Amino acid sequence: MILANADVRKVARLARLAMSEAEIDAARTQLSGIFDLIAEMQAVDTQGITPMSHAQDLSQRLREDVVTQANQRELFQAIAPQIEAGLYLVPQVIE
Amino acid sequence: MIHKTNVRAPAWEIVIGLEVHTQLSTNSKIFSGASTTYGAEPNTQADAVSIALPGVLPVLNKGAVERAIKFGLAVGAHIAPRSVFARKNYFYPDLPKGYQISQFDLPVVGQGALTIQVEPLSGPSTGSGQTYEKVVRITRAHLEEDAGKSVHGASQGMTGVDLNRAGTPLLEIVSEPDMCSAAEAVAYAKALHSLVRWIGISDGNMQEGSFRCDVNVSVRKPGAPLGTRREIKNLNSFKFMQQAIDYEVQWQIDTLENGGKIHQATILFNPDTGETRAMRSKEDAHDYRYFPDPDLLPLDITPVMLEQVRATLPELPQAKRARYTSEYALSAYDANGLTASREMADFFEAALSDVPGQAKICANWLIGEVSAQLNRDDLEMAQCPITPLQLGGMLKRIADSTISNAGAKEVFRAMWAEGGDADSIIEAKGLKQVSDSGVIEKIVDEIIAANADKVAEYRSGKDKLFGFFVGLAMKASKGKANPAQLNDVLKKKLAG
Repeated sequence: MILANADVRKVARLARLAMSEAEIDAARTQLSGIFDLIAEMQAVDTQGITPMSHAQDLSQRLREDVVTQANQRELFQAIAPQIEAGLYLVPQVIE
Repeated sequence: MIHKTNVRAPAWEIVIGLEVHTQLSTNSKIFSGASTTYGAEPNTQADAVSIALPGVLPVLNKGAVERAIKFGLAVGAHIAPRSVFARKNYFYPDLPKGYQISQFDLPVVGQGALTIQVEPLSGPSTGSGQTYEKVVRITRAHLEEDAGKSVHGASQGMTGVDLNRAGTPLLEIVSEPDMCSAAEAVAYAKALHSLVRWIGISDGNMQEGSFRCDVNVSVRKPGAPLGTRREIKNLNSFKFMQQAIDYEVQWQIDTLENGGKIHQATILFNPDTGETRAMRSKEDAHDYRYFPDPDLLPLDITPVMLEQVRATLPELPQAKRARYTSEYALSAYDANGLTASREMADFFEAALSDVPGQAKICANWLIGEVSAQLNRDDLEMAQCPITPLQLGGMLKRIADSTISNAGAKEVFRAMWAEGGDADSIIEAKGLKQVSDSGVIEKIVDEIIAANADKVAEYRSGKDKLFGFFVGLAMKASKGKANPAQLNDVLKKKLAG
Protein backbone atom coordinates (compact mmCIF):
# COMPACT_ATOMS: atom_id res chain seq x y z
CA MET A 1 0.00 0.00 0.00
CA ILE A 2 1.31 3.42 -0.93
CA LEU A 3 0.80 6.06 1.73
CA ALA A 4 0.76 9.73 0.88
CA ASN A 5 2.31 12.42 3.04
CA ALA A 6 -1.23 13.67 3.68
CA ASP A 7 -2.11 10.33 5.31
CA VAL A 8 0.90 10.59 7.58
CA ARG A 9 -0.01 14.16 8.51
CA LYS A 10 -3.53 13.07 9.43
CA VAL A 11 -2.34 10.23 11.63
CA ALA A 12 0.24 12.53 13.23
CA ARG A 13 -2.45 15.06 14.02
CA LEU A 14 -4.71 12.42 15.55
CA ALA A 15 -1.80 11.33 17.73
CA ARG A 16 -0.95 14.97 18.52
CA LEU A 17 2.55 14.60 17.07
CA ALA A 18 4.32 17.62 15.57
CA MET A 19 6.41 16.36 12.67
CA SER A 20 8.73 18.13 10.26
CA GLU A 21 8.49 17.45 6.52
CA ALA A 22 11.66 15.33 6.70
CA GLU A 23 10.17 13.27 9.53
CA ILE A 24 6.96 12.85 7.57
CA ASP A 25 8.90 11.48 4.59
CA ALA A 26 10.73 9.02 6.82
CA ALA A 27 7.56 7.98 8.63
CA ARG A 28 5.78 7.46 5.34
CA THR A 29 8.45 5.01 4.19
CA GLN A 30 8.39 3.14 7.48
CA LEU A 31 4.61 3.02 7.70
CA SER A 32 4.38 1.83 4.11
CA GLY A 33 6.71 -1.01 5.04
CA ILE A 34 4.36 -2.00 7.84
CA PHE A 35 1.41 -1.91 5.47
CA ASP A 36 3.32 -4.17 3.08
CA LEU A 37 3.76 -6.65 5.90
CA ILE A 38 0.03 -6.43 6.68
CA ALA A 39 -0.79 -7.03 3.02
CA GLU A 40 1.40 -10.13 3.11
CA MET A 41 -0.42 -11.41 6.20
CA GLN A 42 -3.80 -10.68 4.68
CA ALA A 43 -2.95 -13.03 1.84
CA VAL A 44 -3.07 -15.95 4.30
CA ASP A 45 -6.25 -18.00 4.05
CA THR A 46 -8.14 -17.49 7.35
CA GLN A 47 -11.43 -19.01 6.24
CA GLY A 48 -13.25 -20.56 9.21
CA ILE A 49 -10.83 -19.24 11.81
CA THR A 50 -12.31 -17.14 14.63
CA PRO A 51 -10.43 -13.85 14.89
CA MET A 52 -8.47 -13.43 18.12
CA SER A 53 -8.71 -10.17 19.99
CA HIS A 54 -5.64 -10.88 22.07
CA ALA A 55 -2.31 -12.55 21.43
CA GLN A 56 -2.88 -14.86 24.39
CA ASP A 57 -5.72 -17.34 24.25
CA LEU A 58 -6.80 -16.77 27.85
CA SER A 59 -9.71 -15.03 29.50
CA GLN A 60 -9.90 -12.01 31.76
CA ARG A 61 -9.61 -12.61 35.49
CA LEU A 62 -12.07 -10.67 37.57
CA ARG A 63 -11.46 -8.64 40.68
CA GLU A 64 -13.90 -8.66 43.61
CA ASP A 65 -15.78 -5.37 43.96
CA VAL A 66 -13.88 -4.09 46.99
CA VAL A 67 -12.27 -0.71 47.64
CA THR A 68 -8.58 -1.36 48.12
CA GLN A 69 -7.00 1.99 47.22
CA ALA A 70 -6.50 4.67 49.84
CA ASN A 71 -6.29 8.36 49.06
CA GLN A 72 -2.78 9.22 47.80
CA ARG A 73 -3.57 12.61 46.34
CA GLU A 74 -0.65 14.42 47.96
CA LEU A 75 1.84 11.87 46.70
CA PHE A 76 0.44 11.95 43.14
CA GLN A 77 0.12 15.70 43.01
CA ALA A 78 3.70 16.21 44.18
CA ILE A 79 4.81 15.61 40.58
CA ALA A 80 1.99 17.58 38.91
CA PRO A 81 3.14 20.76 37.15
CA GLN A 82 0.30 22.80 38.61
CA ILE A 83 -2.48 22.13 41.09
CA GLU A 84 -5.11 24.19 42.87
CA ALA A 85 -7.69 23.23 45.48
CA GLY A 86 -7.00 19.56 44.80
CA LEU A 87 -7.48 19.94 41.04
CA TYR A 88 -4.85 19.26 38.40
CA LEU A 89 -4.54 22.42 36.31
CA VAL A 90 -4.12 22.33 32.55
CA PRO A 91 -4.18 25.11 29.95
CA GLN A 92 -7.78 26.21 29.44
CA VAL A 93 -9.92 23.92 27.31
CA ILE A 94 -12.93 25.38 25.57
CA GLU A 95 -15.50 23.12 23.99
CA MET B 1 -60.80 19.55 -12.64
CA ILE B 2 -61.28 20.26 -8.99
CA HIS B 3 -58.56 22.34 -7.49
CA LYS B 4 -57.96 21.61 -3.87
CA THR B 5 -56.91 24.58 -1.86
CA ASN B 6 -55.63 24.59 1.66
CA VAL B 7 -53.99 21.19 1.28
CA ARG B 8 -51.93 20.66 4.39
CA ALA B 9 -48.26 19.91 3.94
CA PRO B 10 -47.67 16.17 4.36
CA ALA B 11 -46.91 15.33 7.96
CA TRP B 12 -43.39 14.55 9.03
CA GLU B 13 -42.41 11.35 10.78
CA ILE B 14 -40.15 11.65 13.78
CA VAL B 15 -37.47 9.04 14.38
CA ILE B 16 -35.75 8.87 17.77
CA GLY B 17 -33.13 6.56 19.23
CA LEU B 18 -31.47 6.81 22.63
CA GLU B 19 -28.06 6.11 24.08
CA VAL B 20 -28.16 6.01 27.83
CA HIS B 21 -25.14 5.99 30.11
CA THR B 22 -26.06 4.50 33.43
CA GLN B 23 -23.55 4.46 36.25
CA LEU B 24 -23.29 1.05 37.85
CA SER B 25 -23.61 0.94 41.63
CA THR B 26 -20.34 -0.79 42.40
CA ASN B 27 -18.23 0.12 45.44
CA SER B 28 -15.03 0.33 43.44
CA LYS B 29 -14.09 1.45 39.94
CA ILE B 30 -14.35 -0.73 36.87
CA PHE B 31 -10.61 -1.32 36.51
CA SER B 32 -9.19 -0.52 39.95
CA GLY B 33 -9.90 -0.63 43.67
CA ALA B 34 -10.54 3.12 44.06
CA SER B 35 -13.82 4.18 45.66
CA THR B 36 -16.74 5.43 43.54
CA THR B 37 -18.53 7.37 46.30
CA TYR B 38 -20.05 10.54 44.93
CA GLY B 39 -19.11 13.98 46.20
CA ALA B 40 -15.62 13.35 47.60
CA GLU B 41 -12.94 16.05 47.64
CA PRO B 42 -11.33 16.42 44.17
CA ASN B 43 -8.88 13.67 43.24
CA THR B 44 -9.06 11.89 46.61
CA GLN B 45 -10.55 8.86 44.84
CA ALA B 46 -8.22 9.04 41.86
CA ASP B 47 -5.73 6.23 42.29
CA ALA B 48 -2.76 5.38 40.08
CA VAL B 49 -5.02 3.65 37.52
CA SER B 50 -7.55 6.52 37.47
CA ILE B 51 -4.84 9.08 36.75
CA ALA B 52 -3.10 6.73 34.30
CA LEU B 53 0.37 6.63 35.78
CA PRO B 54 2.72 4.79 33.44
CA GLY B 55 2.94 1.06 34.01
CA VAL B 56 -0.42 0.54 35.71
CA LEU B 57 -2.74 -2.16 34.43
CA PRO B 58 -6.53 -2.44 34.51
CA VAL B 59 -8.17 -5.35 36.37
CA LEU B 60 -11.85 -5.84 35.63
CA ASN B 61 -14.40 -5.51 38.45
CA LYS B 62 -16.63 -8.59 38.82
CA GLY B 63 -19.44 -6.44 40.25
CA ALA B 64 -19.61 -4.36 37.07
CA VAL B 65 -19.77 -7.49 34.90
CA GLU B 66 -22.54 -8.99 37.05
CA ARG B 67 -24.58 -5.81 36.79
CA ALA B 68 -24.23 -5.75 33.00
CA ILE B 69 -25.36 -9.38 32.81
CA LYS B 70 -28.29 -8.61 35.10
CA PHE B 71 -29.41 -5.83 32.79
CA GLY B 72 -29.06 -8.07 29.75
CA LEU B 73 -31.18 -10.77 31.34
CA ALA B 74 -33.82 -8.20 32.36
CA VAL B 75 -34.30 -7.08 28.75
CA GLY B 76 -34.22 -10.62 27.38
CA ALA B 77 -30.94 -10.00 25.60
CA HIS B 78 -28.28 -12.35 24.41
CA ILE B 79 -25.31 -12.27 26.79
CA ALA B 80 -22.09 -12.65 24.86
CA PRO B 81 -20.15 -15.70 26.09
CA ARG B 82 -17.03 -13.79 25.05
CA SER B 83 -16.79 -10.02 24.78
CA VAL B 84 -13.87 -7.72 24.21
CA PHE B 85 -12.69 -4.39 25.61
CA ALA B 86 -11.45 -1.84 23.13
CA ARG B 87 -9.67 1.49 23.30
CA LYS B 88 -11.54 4.54 22.08
CA ASN B 89 -8.89 7.11 21.37
CA TYR B 90 -9.30 10.84 21.82
CA PHE B 91 -7.51 13.67 23.56
CA TYR B 92 -9.03 15.56 26.42
CA PRO B 93 -7.51 16.56 29.77
CA ASP B 94 -10.13 14.64 31.77
CA LEU B 95 -9.10 11.46 29.95
CA PRO B 96 -5.52 11.02 31.14
CA LYS B 97 -4.75 7.79 29.25
CA GLY B 98 -5.67 9.40 25.92
CA TYR B 99 -8.24 6.64 25.42
CA GLN B 100 -11.37 5.41 27.09
CA ILE B 101 -11.68 1.68 27.71
CA SER B 102 -15.00 0.68 26.17
CA GLN B 103 -16.41 -2.15 24.11
CA PHE B 104 -16.82 -1.90 20.36
CA ASP B 105 -17.71 -4.78 18.05
CA LEU B 106 -18.12 -7.42 20.77
CA PRO B 107 -20.26 -5.90 23.59
CA VAL B 108 -21.29 -7.90 26.63
CA VAL B 109 -25.05 -7.45 26.04
CA GLY B 110 -26.58 -8.06 22.62
CA GLN B 111 -30.07 -7.45 21.25
CA GLY B 112 -32.96 -7.20 23.69
CA ALA B 113 -36.22 -5.33 24.12
CA LEU B 114 -38.06 -3.21 26.64
CA THR B 115 -41.84 -2.88 26.86
CA ILE B 116 -42.88 0.67 27.70
CA GLN B 117 -46.14 2.35 28.69
CA VAL B 118 -46.50 5.57 26.74
CA GLU B 119 -48.43 8.35 28.40
CA PRO B 120 -49.33 11.20 26.10
CA LEU B 121 -47.54 14.46 26.85
CA SER B 122 -48.51 17.86 25.60
CA GLY B 123 -46.32 19.41 22.94
CA PRO B 124 -45.87 19.63 19.19
CA SER B 125 -43.91 16.42 18.65
CA THR B 126 -45.86 14.17 20.96
CA GLY B 127 -48.35 11.49 20.20
CA SER B 128 -51.90 11.97 21.28
CA GLY B 129 -54.65 10.01 22.91
CA GLN B 130 -54.49 7.34 25.57
CA THR B 131 -51.75 5.44 27.30
CA TYR B 132 -50.53 2.59 25.13
CA GLU B 133 -47.89 -0.11 25.23
CA LYS B 134 -44.93 -0.29 22.90
CA VAL B 135 -41.88 -2.50 22.53
CA VAL B 136 -38.58 -0.69 22.02
CA ARG B 137 -35.74 -2.82 20.71
CA ILE B 138 -32.40 -2.54 22.44
CA THR B 139 -29.47 -2.82 20.08
CA ARG B 140 -26.76 -3.52 22.61
CA ALA B 141 -25.32 -2.54 25.97
CA HIS B 142 -21.64 -2.34 26.72
CA LEU B 143 -19.35 -1.75 29.68
CA GLU B 144 -17.03 1.22 29.72
CA GLU B 145 -15.26 3.60 32.07
CA ASP B 146 -16.34 7.16 32.73
CA ALA B 147 -13.98 10.09 32.17
CA GLY B 148 -13.01 12.65 34.79
CA LYS B 149 -14.51 16.09 35.18
CA SER B 150 -13.20 19.38 33.85
CA VAL B 151 -13.78 22.37 36.07
CA HIS B 152 -13.75 25.53 34.00
CA GLY B 153 -12.85 28.86 35.49
CA ALA B 154 -10.99 27.27 38.40
CA SER B 155 -8.08 29.57 37.77
CA GLN B 156 -7.48 32.33 35.21
CA GLY B 157 -6.71 30.81 31.81
CA MET B 158 -6.64 27.30 33.25
CA THR B 159 -8.95 24.32 33.45
CA GLY B 160 -9.09 22.21 36.61
CA VAL B 161 -9.30 18.43 36.34
CA ASP B 162 -10.92 16.18 38.92
CA LEU B 163 -10.33 12.50 38.20
CA ASN B 164 -12.54 11.06 40.95
CA ARG B 165 -15.10 10.05 38.34
CA ALA B 166 -12.49 8.63 35.95
CA GLY B 167 -12.87 4.86 35.86
CA THR B 168 -16.39 4.78 37.28
CA PRO B 169 -18.21 1.86 35.61
CA LEU B 170 -20.86 2.74 33.06
CA LEU B 171 -23.25 0.63 31.09
CA GLU B 172 -24.07 2.32 27.80
CA ILE B 173 -27.47 1.13 26.59
CA VAL B 174 -28.21 1.76 22.92
CA SER B 175 -31.74 1.54 21.54
CA GLU B 176 -32.93 1.07 17.99
CA PRO B 177 -34.52 4.22 16.47
CA ASP B 178 -37.94 2.85 17.44
CA MET B 179 -39.47 5.91 19.07
CA CYS B 180 -41.53 8.37 17.08
CA SER B 181 -42.48 11.09 19.55
CA ALA B 182 -41.08 12.92 22.55
CA ALA B 183 -43.66 11.06 24.64
CA GLU B 184 -42.28 7.70 23.51
CA ALA B 185 -38.67 8.77 24.08
CA VAL B 186 -39.50 9.98 27.58
CA ALA B 187 -41.51 6.82 28.31
CA TYR B 188 -38.58 4.68 27.20
CA ALA B 189 -36.08 6.67 29.26
CA LYS B 190 -38.36 6.46 32.29
CA ALA B 191 -38.88 2.71 31.86
CA LEU B 192 -35.13 2.19 31.56
CA HIS B 193 -34.50 4.41 34.57
CA SER B 194 -37.04 2.47 36.58
CA LEU B 195 -35.59 -0.86 35.40
CA VAL B 196 -31.96 -0.17 36.33
CA ARG B 197 -33.07 0.82 39.81
CA TRP B 198 -35.54 -2.06 39.97
CA ILE B 199 -32.83 -4.64 39.37
CA GLY B 200 -30.42 -2.75 41.61
CA ILE B 201 -27.60 -2.08 39.15
CA SER B 202 -27.65 1.72 39.44
CA ASP B 203 -28.98 4.34 41.82
CA GLY B 204 -30.23 6.23 38.75
CA ASN B 205 -29.53 9.56 40.43
CA MET B 206 -29.93 12.01 37.57
CA GLN B 207 -28.66 15.10 39.43
CA GLU B 208 -25.42 13.27 40.16
CA GLY B 209 -25.13 12.13 36.54
CA SER B 210 -25.79 8.45 37.19
CA PHE B 211 -28.26 8.34 34.31
CA ARG B 212 -27.45 10.48 31.25
CA CYS B 213 -29.27 10.35 27.97
CA ASP B 214 -28.11 11.17 24.44
CA VAL B 215 -31.03 11.48 22.05
CA ASN B 216 -30.71 10.98 18.30
CA VAL B 217 -33.43 12.82 16.41
CA SER B 218 -34.30 12.92 12.72
CA VAL B 219 -37.42 13.59 10.68
CA ARG B 220 -38.62 12.26 7.34
CA LYS B 221 -41.62 12.18 5.08
CA PRO B 222 -43.65 8.98 5.60
CA GLY B 223 -42.09 6.16 3.61
CA ALA B 224 -38.93 8.10 2.85
CA PRO B 225 -35.48 6.83 3.88
CA LEU B 226 -34.18 7.92 7.28
CA GLY B 227 -33.32 11.59 7.53
CA THR B 228 -30.00 12.93 8.79
CA ARG B 229 -29.89 12.80 12.57
CA ARG B 230 -28.62 15.24 15.12
CA GLU B 231 -27.60 14.01 18.55
CA ILE B 232 -28.69 15.92 21.65
CA LYS B 233 -26.04 15.21 24.26
CA ASN B 234 -26.19 14.68 28.00
CA LEU B 235 -29.81 15.23 28.96
CA ASN B 236 -30.21 14.56 32.66
CA SER B 237 -33.91 15.25 33.19
CA PHE B 238 -37.03 13.89 31.55
CA LYS B 239 -38.52 17.35 31.35
CA PHE B 240 -35.49 18.69 29.49
CA MET B 241 -35.61 15.67 27.23
CA GLN B 242 -39.13 16.45 26.16
CA GLN B 243 -38.35 20.14 25.68
CA ALA B 244 -35.17 19.42 23.75
CA ILE B 245 -36.89 16.95 21.41
CA ASP B 246 -39.85 19.27 20.84
CA TYR B 247 -37.54 22.14 19.97
CA GLU B 248 -35.21 20.05 17.81
CA VAL B 249 -38.02 18.39 15.84
CA GLN B 250 -39.60 21.75 15.08
CA TRP B 251 -36.22 23.17 14.08
CA GLN B 252 -35.52 20.28 11.70
CA ILE B 253 -38.98 20.47 10.13
CA ASP B 254 -38.71 24.26 9.71
CA THR B 255 -35.23 23.91 8.23
CA LEU B 256 -36.35 21.29 5.70
CA GLU B 257 -39.58 23.06 4.79
CA ASN B 258 -37.59 26.22 4.12
CA GLY B 259 -35.43 24.27 1.68
CA GLY B 260 -32.51 23.81 4.06
CA LYS B 261 -30.45 20.70 4.76
CA ILE B 262 -29.78 18.93 8.03
CA HIS B 263 -26.14 18.21 8.76
CA GLN B 264 -25.16 15.49 11.17
CA ALA B 265 -24.11 17.18 14.38
CA THR B 266 -23.77 16.91 18.10
CA ILE B 267 -25.90 19.46 19.86
CA LEU B 268 -26.56 20.71 23.35
CA PHE B 269 -29.83 21.72 24.95
CA ASN B 270 -29.92 24.94 26.93
CA PRO B 271 -32.62 24.63 29.61
CA ASP B 272 -32.63 28.41 30.15
CA THR B 273 -33.59 29.27 26.58
CA GLY B 274 -35.29 25.97 25.71
CA GLU B 275 -33.18 25.83 22.54
CA THR B 276 -30.72 23.39 21.05
CA ARG B 277 -27.46 24.48 19.46
CA ALA B 278 -24.61 22.72 17.70
CA MET B 279 -21.45 22.12 19.70
CA ARG B 280 -18.27 23.41 18.16
CA SER B 281 -16.75 20.15 17.15
CA LYS B 282 -13.27 19.43 15.93
CA GLU B 283 -12.78 18.00 12.48
CA ASP B 284 -11.54 14.58 13.54
CA ALA B 285 -13.72 14.29 16.61
CA HIS B 286 -15.19 10.99 15.52
CA ASP B 287 -12.03 9.29 14.35
CA TYR B 288 -11.71 7.20 17.51
CA ARG B 289 -9.48 4.48 16.03
CA TYR B 290 -10.94 1.70 18.15
CA PHE B 291 -8.78 -1.36 18.65
CA PRO B 292 -8.82 -4.25 21.17
CA ASP B 293 -7.12 -3.22 24.41
CA PRO B 294 -3.99 -5.36 24.74
CA ASP B 295 -4.05 -4.76 28.53
CA LEU B 296 -7.27 -6.71 28.88
CA LEU B 297 -7.99 -10.29 27.92
CA PRO B 298 -11.37 -11.19 26.46
CA LEU B 299 -14.19 -11.41 29.01
CA ASP B 300 -15.63 -14.92 29.18
CA ILE B 301 -19.01 -15.31 30.78
CA THR B 302 -19.60 -18.92 31.74
CA PRO B 303 -23.04 -20.53 31.94
CA VAL B 304 -22.43 -20.91 35.69
CA MET B 305 -21.90 -17.18 36.16
CA LEU B 306 -24.94 -16.47 34.02
CA GLU B 307 -27.14 -18.68 36.18
CA GLN B 308 -25.74 -17.19 39.38
CA VAL B 309 -26.74 -13.75 38.22
CA ARG B 310 -30.12 -14.96 36.93
CA ALA B 311 -30.88 -16.28 40.42
CA THR B 312 -30.53 -12.74 41.83
CA LEU B 313 -33.00 -11.23 39.38
CA PRO B 314 -36.21 -10.01 41.04
CA GLU B 315 -39.65 -10.33 39.45
CA LEU B 316 -39.57 -7.71 36.69
CA PRO B 317 -42.06 -4.84 36.22
CA GLN B 318 -43.62 -6.39 33.12
CA ALA B 319 -44.24 -9.71 34.89
CA LYS B 320 -45.59 -7.93 37.94
CA ARG B 321 -48.01 -5.89 35.83
CA ALA B 322 -49.32 -9.05 34.23
CA ARG B 323 -49.68 -10.74 37.61
CA TYR B 324 -51.44 -7.77 39.20
CA THR B 325 -54.05 -7.71 36.48
CA SER B 326 -54.64 -11.48 36.50
CA GLU B 327 -54.16 -12.32 40.17
CA TYR B 328 -55.69 -9.22 41.75
CA ALA B 329 -58.01 -8.22 38.88
CA LEU B 330 -56.51 -4.73 38.85
CA SER B 331 -56.82 -2.43 35.85
CA ALA B 332 -53.85 -1.77 33.57
CA TYR B 333 -53.77 1.75 34.98
CA ASP B 334 -53.46 0.49 38.55
CA ALA B 335 -50.90 -2.17 37.59
CA ASN B 336 -48.78 0.50 35.86
CA GLY B 337 -48.99 2.85 38.79
CA LEU B 338 -48.02 0.15 41.27
CA THR B 339 -45.02 -0.92 39.21
CA ALA B 340 -43.71 2.60 38.62
CA SER B 341 -40.88 1.69 40.97
CA ARG B 342 -39.82 -1.39 42.84
CA GLU B 343 -40.31 0.45 46.14
CA MET B 344 -43.93 1.10 45.17
CA ALA B 345 -44.55 -2.53 44.21
CA ASP B 346 -42.85 -3.80 47.36
CA PHE B 347 -44.93 -1.42 49.47
CA PHE B 348 -48.10 -2.59 47.76
CA GLU B 349 -47.35 -6.25 48.28
CA ALA B 350 -46.31 -5.74 51.91
CA ALA B 351 -49.45 -3.73 52.71
CA LEU B 352 -51.64 -6.19 50.87
CA SER B 353 -50.28 -9.13 52.85
CA ASP B 354 -51.87 -7.43 55.85
CA VAL B 355 -55.29 -7.07 54.18
CA PRO B 356 -55.62 -9.95 51.72
CA GLY B 357 -58.31 -9.48 49.12
CA GLN B 358 -58.24 -5.67 49.31
CA ALA B 359 -55.96 -5.11 46.30
CA LYS B 360 -58.17 -2.50 44.66
CA ILE B 361 -58.55 -0.28 47.70
CA CYS B 362 -54.85 -0.70 48.45
CA ALA B 363 -53.99 0.36 44.89
CA ASN B 364 -56.33 3.35 45.14
CA TRP B 365 -54.66 4.61 48.29
CA LEU B 366 -51.11 4.09 47.03
CA ILE B 367 -51.65 5.64 43.60
CA GLY B 368 -53.93 8.31 45.03
CA GLU B 369 -53.33 9.67 48.51
CA VAL B 370 -49.88 8.23 49.22
CA SER B 371 -48.38 9.34 45.87
CA ALA B 372 -49.98 12.77 46.18
CA GLN B 373 -48.56 13.28 49.68
CA LEU B 374 -45.11 12.08 48.59
CA ASN B 375 -45.25 14.51 45.73
CA ARG B 376 -46.36 17.35 47.94
CA ASP B 377 -43.57 16.69 50.46
CA ASP B 378 -41.06 16.06 47.64
CA LEU B 379 -40.25 12.58 48.92
CA GLU B 380 -39.33 9.33 47.22
CA MET B 381 -41.29 6.17 47.91
CA ALA B 382 -38.30 4.90 49.91
CA GLN B 383 -38.66 7.89 52.24
CA CYS B 384 -42.38 7.38 52.81
CA PRO B 385 -43.14 8.22 56.46
CA ILE B 386 -45.84 5.54 56.57
CA THR B 387 -44.96 1.85 56.62
CA PRO B 388 -46.86 -0.82 54.69
CA LEU B 389 -47.97 -2.19 58.04
CA GLN B 390 -49.49 1.16 59.02
CA LEU B 391 -51.31 1.52 55.72
CA GLY B 392 -52.47 -2.10 55.83
CA GLY B 393 -53.80 -1.53 59.36
CA MET B 394 -55.85 1.40 58.15
CA LEU B 395 -57.14 -0.44 55.08
CA LYS B 396 -58.27 -3.23 57.36
CA ARG B 397 -60.46 -0.76 59.23
CA ILE B 398 -61.93 0.57 56.00
CA ALA B 399 -62.63 -2.97 54.84
CA ASP B 400 -64.42 -3.96 58.04
CA SER B 401 -66.40 -0.68 58.08
CA THR B 402 -64.87 0.56 61.32
CA ILE B 403 -64.12 3.86 59.61
CA SER B 404 -65.65 5.70 56.67
CA ASN B 405 -63.60 7.05 53.77
CA ALA B 406 -63.72 10.49 55.35
CA GLY B 407 -62.53 8.99 58.61
CA ALA B 408 -59.76 7.13 56.79
CA LYS B 409 -58.47 10.37 55.32
CA GLU B 410 -58.23 11.77 58.82
CA VAL B 411 -56.43 8.68 60.08
CA PHE B 412 -54.06 8.91 57.12
CA ARG B 413 -53.24 12.57 57.75
CA ALA B 414 -52.51 11.84 61.40
CA MET B 415 -50.36 8.86 60.52
CA TRP B 416 -48.38 10.85 58.00
CA ALA B 417 -47.76 13.72 60.36
CA GLU B 418 -47.33 11.99 63.69
CA GLY B 419 -47.02 8.26 63.07
CA GLY B 420 -48.95 5.71 65.10
CA ASP B 421 -51.14 2.81 64.08
CA ALA B 422 -54.64 3.11 62.70
CA ASP B 423 -56.44 1.57 65.67
CA SER B 424 -54.99 3.95 68.23
CA ILE B 425 -55.63 6.96 65.98
CA ILE B 426 -59.24 5.86 65.46
CA GLU B 427 -59.61 5.47 69.20
CA ALA B 428 -57.91 8.77 70.08
CA LYS B 429 -59.86 10.78 67.52
CA GLY B 430 -63.13 8.97 68.03
CA LEU B 431 -63.41 8.11 64.34
CA LYS B 432 -65.12 4.79 64.76
CA GLN B 433 -68.21 4.95 62.64
CA VAL B 434 -71.63 3.85 63.83
CA SER B 435 -72.70 0.72 62.02
CA ASP B 436 -75.19 -0.41 64.64
CA SER B 437 -78.42 -0.53 62.60
CA GLY B 438 -80.54 0.06 65.72
CA VAL B 439 -78.70 3.35 66.43
CA ILE B 440 -78.94 4.49 62.81
CA GLU B 441 -82.62 3.65 62.56
CA LYS B 442 -83.30 5.59 65.73
CA ILE B 443 -81.55 8.67 64.33
CA VAL B 444 -83.44 8.40 61.06
CA ASP B 445 -86.79 7.95 62.84
CA GLU B 446 -86.18 11.09 64.89
CA ILE B 447 -85.30 13.13 61.81
CA ILE B 448 -88.37 11.97 59.93
CA ALA B 449 -90.59 12.77 62.89
CA ALA B 450 -89.11 16.24 63.31
CA ASN B 451 -89.34 17.17 59.62
CA ALA B 452 -92.74 16.03 58.55
CA ASP B 453 -93.12 18.85 55.98
CA LYS B 454 -89.86 18.04 54.19
CA VAL B 455 -90.71 14.34 54.24
CA ALA B 456 -93.99 15.13 52.52
CA GLU B 457 -92.21 17.22 49.89
CA TYR B 458 -89.72 14.41 49.31
CA ARG B 459 -92.45 11.86 48.96
CA SER B 460 -94.27 14.06 46.44
CA GLY B 461 -91.20 13.87 44.17
CA LYS B 462 -88.63 16.38 45.40
CA ASP B 463 -85.74 13.85 45.27
CA LYS B 464 -83.12 16.48 45.86
CA LEU B 465 -84.13 16.67 49.49
CA PHE B 466 -82.42 13.33 50.07
CA GLY B 467 -79.11 15.10 50.62
CA PHE B 468 -80.76 17.32 53.20
CA PHE B 469 -81.77 14.27 55.24
CA VAL B 470 -78.33 12.72 54.92
CA GLY B 471 -76.82 15.95 56.20
CA LEU B 472 -79.13 16.02 59.21
CA ALA B 473 -78.50 12.39 60.04
CA MET B 474 -74.74 12.78 59.76
CA LYS B 475 -74.90 15.80 62.00
CA ALA B 476 -77.00 13.91 64.52
CA SER B 477 -74.47 11.06 64.52
CA LYS B 478 -71.60 13.55 64.82
CA GLY B 479 -70.37 12.39 61.42
CA LYS B 480 -69.90 8.84 62.54
CA ALA B 481 -72.77 7.05 60.86
CA ASN B 482 -71.71 4.47 58.31
CA PRO B 483 -72.60 6.38 55.11
CA ALA B 484 -73.69 3.39 53.04
CA GLN B 485 -75.81 2.02 55.83
CA LEU B 486 -77.33 5.43 56.55
CA ASN B 487 -78.28 5.82 52.89
CA ASP B 488 -80.02 2.47 52.87
CA VAL B 489 -81.97 3.12 56.04
CA LEU B 490 -82.95 6.63 54.93
CA LYS B 491 -84.13 5.44 51.53
CA LYS B 492 -86.19 2.67 53.07
CA LYS B 493 -87.80 4.85 55.75
CA LEU B 494 -88.44 7.85 53.49
CA ALA B 495 -90.18 5.61 51.01
CA GLY B 496 -92.69 5.11 53.80
